[in-house]
Amino acid sequence: MMRDLPASIDDTVDLLNSARYVADRALATVVFLSLRMGRPLFLEGEAGVGKTEIAKVLADALGRRLIRLQCYEGLDVASAVYEWNYPAQMVEIRLAEASGDIDRERMTSDIFSERFLIKRPLLQALEAPDGLAPVLLIDELDRTDEAFEAFLLEVLSDFQVTVPELETIVAEHPPIVIITSNRTREVHDALKRRCLYHWVGYPDTARELAIVEARAPEAAGDLAQEVVAFVQALRGEDLFKRPGVAETLDWVSALHELDRVALDPATINDTLGVLLKYQDDIARMEGSEAQRLLSQIQAEIKAEANR
Amino acid sequence: MTASPMSPQGPAGPDDEGGRLAENIVHFARLLREAGLSVGPGQILDALQAARAGCLRGREDFYWALHSVFVTARDQHPVFDQAFKAFWRQPRMLEQLMALMLPEIAIKANPPKKRSGERRLGEAMFDEANAPKREQQQEVELDASFSFSADELLRRKDFEQMSVEEQAEARAAIARLRLDRVEVPTRRFTPSHAGTRVDLRRTMRSSLRSGGNLIDLQWRARQTREPPLVVLCDISGSMSGYTRMFLHFLHALTNDRDRVQVFLFGTRLTNITRQLERRDVDEALDAVSETVEDWSGGTRIGHCLREFNYLWARRVLTQGAHVLIITDGLDREDAGDLELEMARLKRAARRVVWLNPLLRFDGFEARARGIRTMLPHVDEFRPVHNLESLEDLASALSYSRKAEYDPRRWLEKARAA
Repeated sequence: MMRDLPASIDDTVDLLNSARYVADRALATVVFLSLRMGRPLFLEGEAGVGKTEIAKVLADALGRRLIRLQCYEGLDVASAVYEWNYPAQMVEIRLAEASGDIDRERMTSDIFSERFLIKRPLLQALEAPDGLAPVLLIDELDRTDEAFEAFLLEVLSDFQVTVPELETIVAEHPPIVIITSNRTREVHDALKRRCLYHWVGYPDTARELAIVEARAPEAAGDLAQEVVAFVQALRGEDLFKRPGVAETLDWVSALHELDRVALDPATINDTLGVLLKYQDDIARMEGSEAQRLLSQIQAEIKAEANR
Repeated sequence: MTASPMSPQGPAGPDDEGGRLAENIVHFARLLREAGLSVGPGQILDALQAARAGCLRGREDFYWALHSVFVTARDQHPVFDQAFKAFWRQPRMLEQLMALMLPEIAIKANPPKKRSGERRLGEAMFDEANAPKREQQQEVELDASFSFSADELLRRKDFEQMSVEEQAEARAAIARLRLDRVEVPTRRFTPSHAGTRVDLRRTMRSSLRSGGNLIDLQWRARQTREPPLVVLCDISGSMSGYTRMFLHFLHALTNDRDRVQVFLFGTRLTNITRQLERRDVDEALDAVSETVEDWSGGTRIGHCLREFNYLWARRVLTQGAHVLIITDGLDREDAGDLELEMARLKRAARRVVWLNPLLRFDGFEARARGIRTMLPHVDEFRPVHNLESLEDLASALSYSRKAEYDPRRWLEKARAA
């Protein structure tokens, strides 16, 4: 299903909602502007707060293709932009040789034609079949090295790629670009400046509850409320890695699988590994700590209900 | 993000027509720049475009629109927030506001700052005047030591024992010091005759040169690169005799290679990488001394390591970083935390090297609890009190497993005693 770009911020909120993404006004504003101005959107934030999800949701809601470039150290042009299909080229040369028909000019232009070009994500993203630009997700940019970052600068400012053997390929309809970073390394200012920037933080209780209701409707109301309150309280603790929204959703479905309708200390202890990913953190929260936190949030929920 | 945009009163909102909005945005950008954000003309145009994008109703939308353009890092958010609140209430009072709002910056910008070159200039002139005298002294020294040249003596002399003059010479030597390049393979490839993998792209091109008749294999090998280096340097009271010399060393290091991050710690942790990146050593050290707040205080190694692990480790210890810890390991605190944090550090880094000036004493034993706690979690334990030991550092970063520097040696000794 294809949809037009949203015409206002309210429209953007609706659009994201329709794909079950609960965004706050700030995020909706930058998403709207990024679509309107045709600028890449640079999202930073802790792991698991829904940065990558935005790209998926946008592609889904707008009916566009999603092209994902997962970054890693040593990512180079050959695996990000294009590569030639060497075996096929070799075969072609051999065939030409066998038929005794070697015209160097023609051979070169044959060998380096689009037929032998393997398009990687960035090149694919410049194509817009039926006039619909895809959504390009450049995920975890902080994992690449500076060399690739510098290369991206060119691609993102002009939306063009040069294949020396062919030509410069320019996007007729520039893609919608979402870049995410977990801030394991500082990304260079020059790149950030070509983008609209937004820090995606942890949601507050009300929004997280809305997210759980949108994403995991199977959870009974009370359980969802308890889970969200517990995770929110957990984020206030002194942890090496605080749980993100993704972990909350995982936990809800884990509890659902276990047929739990309410939290109890034993269940929390058994499933703590869904929320916390460091042994130190788990050891810290296990047992009496979890129990303390649980009774604290249960008291709060009760007080809230009585009011 | 929890910023709450301000009350809806005041001029120059997004509905404003043309000229005035543009003018206000330019002023606002200037204010942000004054406050330390790097705002270029391109961003001003973007901001204008964003503000005119239509469908921006009310101040909150306007706030986030400008935010997305002007803010490029999380820590800039509070500055933007303050500036926005102040400016878009009464833009006419820009001049006064800037003076009121940014007293710190105003003070920093104008102070009758002592020029960093001044001291050096003074020393240079002073030296000039005393030049003959110094020559004489050197002669005497040479006479007194048959086996070592003056240069060699200097290399082995403890930093703490040096005279002012020798310290100056040592500093000059440090500035000239270049650590050997220690490189590790990366995941990228580069053309190489000695390579072990076929480079198909180049092979194809070169074979076409002969019309495809001849297939001349081209090779490629892994590119190498220096691993990132992270330095944690103790500046507490017990280290004060060495601090200045180490800072000179760290400055030389930062300017010699890329991907060096330097932290100082005493009772708190300070990242001084940006300050050290200034080319001029005096200017850099001036900037450092302005930034650091706990010179020559106590030591809380565990606490500072914890701060490092929580706030920085995930950001600076990527891509197989080496860690240098420079401290005497004399900690005032409970060792429990220290143990945990050292173990964490060890797991996150490719290699941890501990440089300890206490090792200069022949009879050194790993008695102190802090030292015993830290030792099991380091790969190498070395002295760092004179030029020679600094020069030796290169081998510390190159996986040399010299028994001399094995931390276990000290632990066994301490246990036997």
